[in-house]
Amino acid sequence: MSAYLITIATLIAIYAIVVCGLNVIVGFAGQISLGHAAFFGIGAYSAALLATKGGLSFWTALPCVIAVSAFIGLLLGLPSLRVKADFLAITTIGINFIVEALFLYVPFFGGALGIGGIPRVMFFGIKLKGLAFFYLCLFFLVVVILICWWFRRSWAGLACFALREEESAAASMGISPVRFKLLAFVIGTGMAGLGGALYAHYIRFIAATDFAFPVSILFLSMVVLGGMGTLWGPVLGALILGALPEIFRPLVDYRFLFYMVLLLIMIRFQPGGLLGERSAVRRVLASIIPGAHQ
Amino acid sequence: MQLFFEQLLNGIAMGSIYALVTLGLALVYGILRILHVAHAGVYTVGAYIGLFFFQLTGSLIIAALGSMVFCAMLGVAIERFVYYPLLKYPPYVPLIGSIAVMLAIEELCRLIAGPHILTFAAKLPFPEIQLGGITISSTLMAVYCITAGVLAFLWYITSFTELGLAMRATSQDIPIADAMGINSHLIVSITFVLGSAIAAIAGILVGIYYNQVYPTMGAVPAYKTLALIVVGGLGSVPGAVIAAMLLGVAETLLIGYANIPLPRDALAFIAMIGVLMWRSEGLLGSR
Repeated sequence: MSAYLITIATLIAIYAIVVCGLNVIVGFAGQISLGHAAFFGIGAYSAALLATKGGLSFWTALPCVIAVSAFIGLLLGLPSLRVKADFLAITTIGINFIVEALFLYVPFFGGALGIGGIPRVMFFGIKLKGLAFFYLCLFFLVVVILICWWFRRSWAGLACFALREEESAAASMGISPVRFKLLAFVIGTGMAGLGGALYAHYIRFIAATDFAFPVSILFLSMVVLGGMGTLWGPVLGALILGALPEIFRPLVDYRFLFYMVLLLIMIRFQPGGLLGERSAVRRVLASIIPGAHQ
Repeated sequence: MQLFFEQLLNGIAMGSIYALVTLGLALVYGILRILHVAHAGVYTVGAYIGLFFFQLTGSLIIAALGSMVFCAMLGVAIERFVYYPLLKYPPYVPLIGSIAVMLAIEELCRLIAGPHILTFAAKLPFPEIQLGGITISSTLMAVYCITAGVLAFLWYITSFTELGLAMRATSQDIPIADAMGINSHLIVSITFVLGSAIAAIAGILVGIYYNQVYPTMGAVPAYKTLALIVVGGLGSVPGAVIAAMLLGVAETLLIGYANIPLPRDALAFIAMIGVLMWRSEGLLGSR
């Protein structure tokens, strides 16, 4: 593989990890979040700070990074207990703007200059770069997908689905909305933190604008395109939306416009996503492989 | 003290502009329960079309009228082709569609008019006023008068006309309004016409006020006005206007007097989250 392809593949794998996390919050628990890039950023910034200022290695810092992201996710998941639907959507947009502003204006986070000089990941004395780093991201992606797969079948996952469908009915069956909504936020933001740490050690220079609101839209578009609440939808969404800008590179100036028109057509005619319950892809798959309803 | 009053006047002007942009959003949310992010795109288009007609004819009236007509058509097109078919889905579906439209409009403006900032050097035909040592410039006067005019017009329409009655009925319950013989789809379209025409006025005013028209001028209003309609109480037009005025004044005074290490855009959202946690239905919202 050429270095160009490896770079794109690595970024797609990182996006897929983050987007799987968003799918846990939006797809499984039904809590709309338009601020997921904030948690991606919190993961990236805490990894960068622990590596450059704390001098910790990627592996020792990783549990802390995930814990920090998940803890902040828990705190910021609290509004979801108070507000719903449209209010929650706008609150999470607000969280994204506030977190970005903090990264940009607080000198500790490097201000407008961002944080540079983040070391590469070491693995038994070898510097991971290129293909090796891609395999590392792929490994974490598999772990994340396994967690999602397990979560979907676990009691906690079923409880989240019940809350998503009808909160008051689920609550009357003894399912605590507080506990399971927050659980979904913790898992989802923890995955975003993991993705952020990988991103920081891969790009090795981060700035506040990498985690701005449009990035959150990109993440949500990936979930919606692939199919919310499905296991493979987020991965497919990350793959398509991650690869599209590269495929459409010849369009140069018209690329982003084309991209948005495509998203609009998608949401207009197939809002359930490519792998959603009644989608065309799903019907074709079901006719080829009997029992392919995962 | 004089500085304080000048800041206050600027703050009210800022609040008026926020109010003009937020009005359309509040109207649309009130009737369709959709977060119309693309409204800020309509506002950007309004500024560009206004500038285009102004440069073509040199008349601000023609510029305003042309821009209002164009934006009204754009607003109705967005409603017909994007929102109406998506009403049966959960609210995030039209919201994502709306964000896509917003970003597509920004890109179109950039591709057609270029990425650079255009100047909108027009003189608004309003008098300058001297009030005890404080000068209210003609631009400020224009912002106040036009905002007051638009608000009065909208208040008259919604409170005293058959159309207003039909709009209020449609916003309460579309099927019942239909059953009462109201053509609710037409009412929804008229709401978009009104909101988008007001956005066109706001776009031209902002273009002249800052003497700047550029493709991403809608980016900050797009999300800040969301915060405003939430604080005002989703769907409550008076609430949104009050929230816009409060934010305009608070922002200007805070930036002028307190040394806050955060950009003003983040302040709006902090205020919003504070209000939401305290009164989750917003200032004038009802449950």
